[in-house]
Amino acid sequence: MTSADFSTVLPEMVLAISAMLGLMAGVYGGKDRLTPVMTWVFAGLMLFLALWIGFGGSGARTAFGGMFIEDPFARFAKVTILASAAAVLLLGQEYMQRRDLGRFEFPILVALSVTGMMMMVSAGDLIALYMGLELQSLALYVVASLRRDSVKSTEAGMKYFVLGALSSGLLLYGASLVYGFAGTTLFSGILATVNEGVPLGLLFGLVFMLSGLAFKVSAAPFHMWTPDVYEGSPTPVTAFFSTAPKVAAIALIARTVHDAFGGIPMDWRQVLAALAVASMFLGSVAAIGQRDIKRLMAYSSIGHMGYALVGLAAGTAAGVQAMLLYMAIYVTMNVGTFAFILSMEKDGRPVTSIDSLNMFAKREPLKALAVLVLMFSLAGVPPFIGFFAKFYILKAAVSAGMAWLAVLTVLAAVIGAYYYMRIVYYMYFGKDGEPVESRMGGVQWTMLMAAAAINVLGVINMFGLEPLAALAAETLVR
Amino acid sequence: MENLLSIITFIPLVAALIMALFLRGDDAAAQRNAKWLALLATSATFLVSLFLLAGFDPQDTGFQFVESYDWIAGLQYKMGVDGISILFVMLTTFLMPLTIASAWEVETRVKEYMIAFLILETLMLGVFCALDLVLFYLFFEAGLIPMFLIIGIWGGKDRIYAAFKFFLYTFLGSVLMLIAMIAMYYDAGTTDIPTLLSHEFSSGTLTLAGFQIVGGLQTLLFLAFFASFAVKMPMWPVHTWLPDAHVQAPTAGSVVLAAILLKMGGYGFLRFSLPMFPIGSELLSPLVFWMSAIAIVYTSLVALAQSDMKKLIAYSSVAHMGYVTMGIFAANQQGVDGAIFQMLSHGFISGALFLCVGVIYDRMHTREIDAYGGLVNRMPAYALIFMFFTMANVGLPGTSGFIGEFLTLVGIFQVNTWVAMVATSGVILSAAYGLWLYRRVVFGELVKEALRTIRDMDRREKAIFAPLVAMTLLLGVYPSLVTDIIGPSVARLTTDYQSATAALEAGTRLAME
Repeated sequence: MTSADFSTVLPEMVLAISAMLGLMAGVYGGKDRLTPVMTWVFAGLMLFLALWIGFGGSGARTAFGGMFIEDPFARFAKVTILASAAAVLLLGQEYMQRRDLGRFEFPILVALSVTGMMMMVSAGDLIALYMGLELQSLALYVVASLRRDSVKSTEAGMKYFVLGALSSGLLLYGASLVYGFAGTTLFSGILATVNEGVPLGLLFGLVFMLSGLAFKVSAAPFHMWTPDVYEGSPTPVTAFFSTAPKVAAIALIARTVHDAFGGIPMDWRQVLAALAVASMFLGSVAAIGQRDIKRLMAYSSIGHMGYALVGLAAGTAAGVQAMLLYMAIYVTMNVGTFAFILSMEKDGRPVTSIDSLNMFAKREPLKALAVLVLMFSLAGVPPFIGFFAKFYILKAAVSAGMAWLAVLTVLAAVIGAYYYMRIVYYMYFGKDGEPVESRMGGVQWTMLMAAAAINVLGVINMFGLEPLAALAAETLVR
Repeated sequence: MENLLSIITFIPLVAALIMALFLRGDDAAAQRNAKWLALLATSATFLVSLFLLAGFDPQDTGFQFVESYDWIAGLQYKMGVDGISILFVMLTTFLMPLTIASAWEVETRVKEYMIAFLILETLMLGVFCALDLVLFYLFFEAGLIPMFLIIGIWGGKDRIYAAFKFFLYTFLGSVLMLIAMIAMYYDAGTTDIPTLLSHEFSSGTLTLAGFQIVGGLQTLLFLAFFASFAVKMPMWPVHTWLPDAHVQAPTAGSVVLAAILLKMGGYGFLRFSLPMFPIGSELLSPLVFWMSAIAIVYTSLVALAQSDMKKLIAYSSVAHMGYVTMGIFAANQQGVDGAIFQMLSHGFISGALFLCVGVIYDRMHTREIDAYGGLVNRMPAYALIFMFFTMANVGLPGTSGFIGEFLTLVGIFQVNTWVAMVATSGVILSAAYGLWLYRRVVFGELVKEALRTIRDMDRREKAIFAPLVAMTLLLGVYPSLVTDIIGPSVARLTTDYQSATAALEAGTRLAME
């Protein structure tokens, strides 16, 4: 029994133990001199785990009396999380070194936070959920203020921590209500209670929990921290924030609403739909006025979380499938975009203002073209894969009888298209001036080009992700 | 040759990829190579598309050259042509080599310019060949990106404003269409266009948010598609993006925009609105008629007041597209035949007119009508060709412009005499602005100092106009070339439409009694 339990959580344990070993090696070994090696080792380890989980797992198993669930849904989310975290780690490596930020703690903290995320998507119990969430968040608070001597970075970390603690409080309060009315912390137990009849307190618990989780995915109106944290954190950290944790948090929402509250879909679907609409429109409208590309990406990610939530609000297997595909595509686009943002600099200093991109296409046509592809894909313009991400979402919403939500989604997408196009506008039609330099290492260049290529070529068959996501969704929605 | 359509569609794209990957440098040699490669690819596409025309059987009203593969999201990659779409494919492949040739004098970022046009050709061909809703949407929307860049990078002074206006206008229209497409998928369970053509969408009265919607789902779907195609067409009052886009676009961009991109709207009406939502179309056709009639008269009057040549021709395009929408929704053989004919003929004529403007713009770098006058003294060949196309635009018998206008007017006369009467006045107005433009630019004494040294057209320019003149004349004197091909498909379309709406009319008569 115990050995079966441990073999189920083996990937998580490997990652957690490696992180601690890395810490030892860092403290007693070479400290920051080890950072490049450590980054590559952890990125490699995560990729290995992604492959292991992706190809090794089959069927659905639970461990520790149902507290930990390992099923196709969890595997899909974990592979996305691990792959994007590895990509982002490698992406930031050169930037960190050059700006004296190459601390050995960074890869370790990322690894720990990824462990937390893997826990989150596998959680089958309120306690497991909270454990995973906190492990993830605590590591993130620290990396947000990685640039210790910068006021902005520490402010970002502080803000993130205070508001994060508040949201954890909301979540915990909700969880305790749920526990009080259901008499158990196990999702399967909660589901059994819900199916028999819904006590009012349980609904309160549900709403509080969703609010706490909405904070983690930065869905409006719980998004306040996002722009400041994105702007203040060192860019590689921002890249990380905008990818893996988002996948984990939204997968956790899917897990909670379906596994624990699957019996009362109407009650949470309207909450999620409201969150989705608010996020989509806030993300689209508020981004228009932004001058800083990192803040713009913050609003962009708020908007994109809104679109993904539309899929969840549909409450069907097709909706969950759409959400999973959306997140996989979203992280690809974001990794590519941040590969470019990381390389923007002028006279050796990083710049993030959008108007500095003036006529960038003249200087670097190939990179500009790749960014163009990513921007149009983020906007959801066909023929790029970003369009199909939205298409799955719309299809799920319409077939769940929420045509009004689909119409709003489309309207938000049109508004959102404007600010992505503004980046293209600066790069291609801007005023003649001194454009930014784009200093890229091999890794960043490869990621940018690969992301752009994926966005174009994915149209052919989505790289076979579609049936995998469908399988994952079916295991979750019964 | 079962993949003939895909081959035709993707030849330009492959050429664009080759150009992007293997053509290095930006010197004169590289520029020349880019132009020649683009010309070669577009000409090859045209030659291959001749096989399509040769192998096409006009008597078969179904889809031909069909190819179909499974694709993502339950969609299909399905291509095929019928009598309605094949000539648009031919129009595109015919005009693209001429467009490329007209861009020979471009000097900035030539390689990118050619790539943009090649990709655009693939996307336009895809629109006319796609037999899956979402595949159609994909090509339809994606065409915005290269055109956006063409206007934005190579355009005139206010190109940014025009590019954004063009993009956002058409994007907003087409996302509504996307919603409708998803609703159709939900209703019919497929995105396959041939299946949808025989699917009957419900037309029972629907109550939505307290409003009674006559025609139900069909009306809603019709309106959503209408939003997209009316903008694309463009119909009055959503035509305002077109003059801006035309004025700012480079010559070749204007040619493609007027000659091919606008036809997507009309094609969309014929492929989707009319056959799939006959009840919705019938209910709303009076609206379309009057919008068309207003477009014809109003934009013709607006064209009279223009001082910019391109803007004038742009407004005349809107007026001519008014005949098209009118003919389409008349939904009888003459009307629809005429609409398709008018679109093809407008493709040649308006393309040629924009090229005419391009010829003198290349020399004088202004489009102001007042900057010219008396060109006939220095440019006799140009005067002749410009005269020919002005006349064709006016609808002189013997040119293709006449056939299109006449057929659509005959079609609409049978359905709504008043609209036909208003629309006929457009023929006179178009003669007024066309001839007046011609007089101001070409006739009179050559008094402007700057014009004294202007050259006549060179051999390249004449070679570009020659095929256009030939086609305009040929279709003008022998229209059966077109009507024989489109006839049977149009006949099927209109009979299906009439039988679908017969029930509606019977119902109305009953209600009135």
